[in-house]
Amino acid sequence: MIKKEIVKKHPLAIRWFHWINFPVLAIMIWSGLLIYWGNDVYKIGFGDTTLLKFFPNSFYQALSIPYRLSEGMAYHFVFMWLFFLNGIAYVLYTAISGEWKLLMPDRRSFKEAWQVLLHDLHIRKSAPPVTGKYNAAQRIAYTAIIFMGIGSILTGLAIYKPVQLGWLCSILGGYKFARILHFALTIGYVLFFLVHIFQVILAGWNNFQAMITGFEVKKKIEMPIAEEETKTENPVK
Amino acid sequence: MTNLFKTLFTKNSALDTNQLILKKTVLAFFFFFVLAGSAFQGWKWLRHQPSSSGKTSAPLRKVLDVNENIFNGLLSDRHLTKEYPFSKAANPARVNGDLGMKSTFDPAGWALNVIRSKNDTLKITLDEIKKLPKIEFAFNFKCIEGWSQITHWGGVRLVDFLKAYNLTDESAMKYLGLATPDKEYYVGIDMPSALHPQTILCYELNGKPLPMNQGYPLRLIIPVKYGVKSLKRIGYMYFDNKRTPDYWADVKGYDYFSGL
Repeated sequence: MIKKEIVKKHPLAIRWFHWINFPVLAIMIWSGLLIYWGNDVYKIGFGDTTLLKFFPNSFYQALSIPYRLSEGMAYHFVFMWLFFLNGIAYVLYTAISGEWKLLMPDRRSFKEAWQVLLHDLHIRKSAPPVTGKYNAAQRIAYTAIIFMGIGSILTGLAIYKPVQLGWLCSILGGYKFARILHFALTIGYVLFFLVHIFQVILAGWNNFQAMITGFEVKKKIEMPIAEEETKTENPVK
Repeated sequence: MTNLFKTLFTKNSALDTNQLILKKTVLAFFFFFVLAGSAFQGWKWLRHQPSSSGKTSAPLRKVLDVNENIFNGLLSDRHLTKEYPFSKAANPARVNGDLGMKSTFDPAGWALNVIRSKNDTLKITLDEIKKLPKIEFAFNFKCIEGWSQITHWGGVRLVDFLKAYNLTDESAMKYLGLATPDKEYYVGIDMPSALHPQTILCYELNGKPLPMNQGYPLRLIIPVKYGVKSLKRIGYMYFDNKRTPDYWADVKGYDYFSGL
């Protein structure tokens, strides 16, 4: 017969941090777009050829981005506090609770992450065994995103107060370069988000609902033979 | 349905695993949707707050003022904007707007009006200002739109000007205000930023008199603020302990401080 079992997965604190971060980061990216529009000079290309312009007019029109710079700045400099405090709380929580050990990559992770990637792309048949809560690729992604968050805060501060925090601005390559880094990190979040959503869909409902309930339901098939064996052993004792 | 209801109000210890899973799942999703719904209501509330000034609503403005108090603590005369060799400066410098300079203007009749009180206005000519000690520097001028450019300016430190004309009581006030001769463009500046050693009354760009489109004969250059505060063609200077009016903050919804 099949026996269900409750297996704890995500502590309550981590679920809070996760679901606070989601809308706050969305607001930061949206208000950041309102600001970026004011001087939208970035593009990917070579020579006179532009492969990708950040961003095409149709994109701005669809999201009604134009002429909202002051609004964007106001929201960005209000919600930055929530993004910052929630991030700090998350890092402190994982550090103190020991959860960081489940998140940090170890020596094997970098080799195994390739195998996970090849497996996910259906190039390799077997995935490396998962030790602990997360596989190697997840460990690298979930740790990298923390460093990206720290990067966003530092580059953000550098372009927010480039005179008073001039030393920080210089370390980060100057005002213009720090602005590029700040923008590139945001593109990184969007890519992370897309892969994350895709993987969550693939992993299925049980995995997703654990970020809300905190637990996964494991199904165990109990072998009748094993039960009989214990029964027969009992009288001997 | 009644079974579910019963399950929700039964002690965990009296439930079997299936019931426990059901109870925990329903409760978790219930709280999740309640919290998500409240967050959404909170967002809607914030979006529909009336604007206290410009386009920015009162709650947002309050946080921006708190930010100002926090980051003002960093403002120091020892924190100078990085200076560059003059050879790195853009020539010609970017021109970004002619607000307050669209009305007809008679350069010969110009004088800086320093309003000390209602019936006490000093009129100071460009020649008189040029007699004060001149400084020159090139720095990375930062526009609130997001672009920046190294530009080379010359003029007299505002702090030196205020001392030379005995405006000590005035510079002890909390805010300074500037307006164009036609009063179409005006900025408000907190006094510590106005007295910063790199804040200048500027009459030269790239070693030559200011061009008309850069605010001839006299403009402000204040590197500790976004360019919106570097008012072109100053006609009036005044002082107050309350915030002096500011076009971009009062009308357009930008942060009053706009400090860098």
